[in-house]
Amino acid sequence: MPAHDVLIIGAGLAGQRAALAAAREGATVAVMSKVHPVRSHSVAAAGGINAAISIDDDWRSHAYDTVKGSDFLGDQDAIEIMCAEAPAEVMHLEHIGVTFHRNERGELDLRAFGGASMKRTAYVADITGQAMLHVLYEQLMRRHETVDTYEEWFTTSLLQDADGICCGAVARDVRSGRIEAFTAKNVILACGGAGQAYKPTTNGLIVTGDGIALAYRIGAPLMDMEMVQYHPTCLVETGILITEGARGEGAHLLNSQGERFMQKSAPNKMELASRDVVSRAEQIEIDEGRGVGPDGNGLYLDVTVVPRKRTLEALREIVSLGKDFAGVDITREPITIRPGQHYIMGGVKTDVDGRTPIEGLYAAGEVACVSVHGGNRLGANSLLDTLIFGRRAGEHAAARAASMGMPEPDTVAALRRDSELIESIISRPREGRRVSEIKDELGELMNREAAVFRSREGLERARETVARLKEESAQAWIDDRGTVFNQDVLGAIELGYMVDCAEAIVLAALERTESRGAQFRTDFPARNDDEWLKHIDISLNGDGPRVSYSPVTITQWQPEERKY
Amino acid sequence: MAEVHRPAQQFTLRLRRYDPESGQAPYWDQHTIELEPHRSVLEGILQARDRVDGSIGIRCSCRQAICGSCGVRINGAPALACNTHLEAAARTGSDEVIEVEPMGNMPVLKDLIVDMDAVHWKKIRRVTPWLLAKQPVPEREYLVPRESMVDVTQTMACIQCGACVSDCLSMEVDPDFIGPAALAKAYRFVGDPRDDQQLERLNDLAQDPHGIFDCTHCFNCVDACPKDVDPMGQIMRLRRIATSDHHIVDRNNGQRHEAAFTGLVRDYGLNHEAELLSRSYGGNSWFGKFHPAAGKELLSSLPVVAKGLLRGKLDPRTAVLGHKLPKADLRSVHRIYERIEEREQRYELNLFITGYDEDLEPASPRDRSGSPDQPVAQAAAGEAAAGGPASGEADAASEGAPDLPSASAAAGASGGAASGASAGPAAEESGGAAGGGAAGSSPAHGAGGGGEQGAPSEDSSER
Repeated sequence: MPAHDVLIIGAGLAGQRAALAAAREGATVAVMSKVHPVRSHSVAAAGGINAAISIDDDWRSHAYDTVKGSDFLGDQDAIEIMCAEAPAEVMHLEHIGVTFHRNERGELDLRAFGGASMKRTAYVADITGQAMLHVLYEQLMRRHETVDTYEEWFTTSLLQDADGICCGAVARDVRSGRIEAFTAKNVILACGGAGQAYKPTTNGLIVTGDGIALAYRIGAPLMDMEMVQYHPTCLVETGILITEGARGEGAHLLNSQGERFMQKSAPNKMELASRDVVSRAEQIEIDEGRGVGPDGNGLYLDVTVVPRKRTLEALREIVSLGKDFAGVDITREPITIRPGQHYIMGGVKTDVDGRTPIEGLYAAGEVACVSVHGGNRLGANSLLDTLIFGRRAGEHAAARAASMGMPEPDTVAALRRDSELIESIISRPREGRRVSEIKDELGELMNREAAVFRSREGLERARETVARLKEESAQAWIDDRGTVFNQDVLGAIELGYMVDCAEAIVLAALERTESRGAQFRTDFPARNDDEWLKHIDISLNGDGPRVSYSPVTITQWQPEERKY
Repeated sequence: MAEVHRPAQQFTLRLRRYDPESGQAPYWDQHTIELEPHRSVLEGILQARDRVDGSIGIRCSCRQAICGSCGVRINGAPALACNTHLEAAARTGSDEVIEVEPMGNMPVLKDLIVDMDAVHWKKIRRVTPWLLAKQPVPEREYLVPRESMVDVTQTMACIQCGACVSDCLSMEVDPDFIGPAALAKAYRFVGDPRDDQQLERLNDLAQDPHGIFDCTHCFNCVDACPKDVDPMGQIMRLRRIATSDHHIVDRNNGQRHEAAFTGLVRDYGLNHEAELLSRSYGGNSWFGKFHPAAGKELLSSLPVVAKGLLRGKLDPRTAVLGHKLPKADLRSVHRIYERIEEREQRYELNLFITGYDEDLEPASPRDRSGSPDQPVAQAAAGEAAAGGPASGEADAASEGAPDLPSASAAAGASGGAASGASAGPAAEESGGAAGGGAAGSSPAHGAGGGGEQGAPSEDSSER
């Protein structure tokens, strides 16, 4: 039975970075992923990674931009750490082979990005996430003798000992259907966000909130779950992301009257204001009848103002996306976009070393909430977040492992429980609803009531509906009765994870009677620092979710009015 | 051209199913789905899976051609399911049926899911796919020419989907061939100025009998690739760097063959088939035929030669003496060679660096699916990458191969970087100025206006 110092669940940027860091400290490491590591959704990250590497720059400026971007809900000690360590991390990536673009002097080139006071985003064309993920995987291949990888293994639950300390996980080998218990001194969750709870979303089909739900179910608190980021530029039909890098290179946003409407809400930063500000501005244009497209529910992103050669060199991926998925040559005409669900700032609560309040359990990346993004994440800060806190979690877990013996959890009971769950799903009678039906309804609901603009009535409706969908999903039936590569049964388990995440999101959104960052309540449109400068934590407690609060850590920057 | 919104219509999907637990052979499973014509084959398959049969097995995630999960064969050709339009796929099917099968050259696990570890990833690991960094490692970033990073971004863009491996003809015949994906990955390091082992990598891949000289130059991988990685082009670049820059003479006779071919064309104006054989095996001179290795090959080819003579396909005179060109024509050929050899450095172009011409002509008629014009790569127009010294003035293009200043090439010490013109293949491209620019990496793309984003996805959606 596998036993490791550090078990990492999820092999995107955070998971792989944690693995490399832990292995470097001499720990025995296992990385587990329900897909091949390079299919992780980090691969879709496009625009770049922020770091104050320029000699004209200062990490404190980056930190302030991040604090302001978070609408002052971010924990400033964590933000300081992230921004101060960013330059060294970017250089580390460069040294292991990431093919960052250069300027004329051969140095790392930097582009502009949303919410940034100066250019500090290093990039690889518009495939930065892909380049970084593949290079990290190259390093993992190099270490194949010291890092065990379990590729296409699906985690069904976390293991705990009698004292509630996390000591491993139960997972199913997708290929053979075999279930196995993995013992570990430390578990690091790096499973990403929960975008598939929304429809449409920029996220891939695998982003189903697994890590958030797994932690939630063993009592870990989820923090800031109401903070769901809508990215301003997604293709209207499919939700496919058009990178902020386009606006970084100079593209404009236009309404049906050809106006650069960002002038009204963000006269300084215009299209490069923070994402929540831009998404809200867009939604207002749409709601007030100045949208474009046959249903009037889009706006124009005009990349034709960027020199064509530059577009083809630095934005070639979105040239392909425009052509393949919207039939538009973005170098010649504007493309129709609209806000779409993209990222969740909230997640499993951790400290600056990735530790959750549950001993033995760590989290890093989008699954975690440290919080460095607070109420809204700046573009190009997520790639940074995954690497900094992935590394820190890996190092901390390795150090903790060095001073403890291997746990001996009761795996028999856990194995039996999860096997029975899978059996029961497979044998559910074909009455009631299919998994995919429930998932569609959930996604449309969240996109209606827990999106850019929210209200108490809408959120109450959402809460009731999510509760009903939770019951229905416990009975949802599937077609595949087989064991080899049964993706159907995994889909049913993922549906359960998504519903749990939705429950927490709606509850937190109802709780915060204020607008801050990505949360905008039409019934409470103002920011209210006196009452609400705090985090909302949701934990499962016996009979249901419980709400509590935790303070925001302020070091240097007092909250101020947020203008772009 | 505005986005086109057409109503949903019906499409017929025929999926290749295989249930390893059933003990039964693979079979066809037909589904009728209803979606707008510009939606993807993947969306069609997922509709069938969500509504009718949840046991349909396919790997997929991002839906936007970046994760590389959904490689399949559509109507016989490799592609990503997520960026193949239903309408385009129906057009290439018989009776408008869209047939979807698993990729080739790899064992099938279930339905459309193949075992990539057994083939694709095994070959990737073969080429030492991690940076072996030059020492000492600097405190900050390595200072490298701008073009070199843009250049290797082309192979960095590989999403490991396996489409090229799926339909590699060489691999079908020789399963040990390292293959297009892995060799393109090898170029990613050979072309990276920060890597320390360029010579060792090239030597390894040139000497390996299943290495860079095992490619049959068939273009399947170039057509298959959804991300314009141009694997075959990368293989050819590896060959050129190995032979021209490092003078590696491999035991597979790859270098000898290319040297013989180029030398014979220089001497005769046309290929001299009989000499080509003996020189490839025996060394690049008239005495090559007396080398034991050459003798052996000549003897074993006698039956074929005899048949050719008997059927009148070979003329004994030209077989022995070679074709004779008029002197003036031979002089023209010599001028091409002189011009190329005059350059201080060979340069390699890829379209990421040279960019595209501002004035575009469509290379092919406007496609019915409503896609925009396909721009033709016009490196000859001398578009320089923003501020980079990479490309420069175009040649008068009388001989077709564009002339770029060699100053920029000085920036690229390792042969794979930035600008240069390739010798042999560029000479072959002497017809088209358009082709010339792309000659370094993707001759076919240059000629047909492909090589840029449009064409390959256009091609894949055409299947």
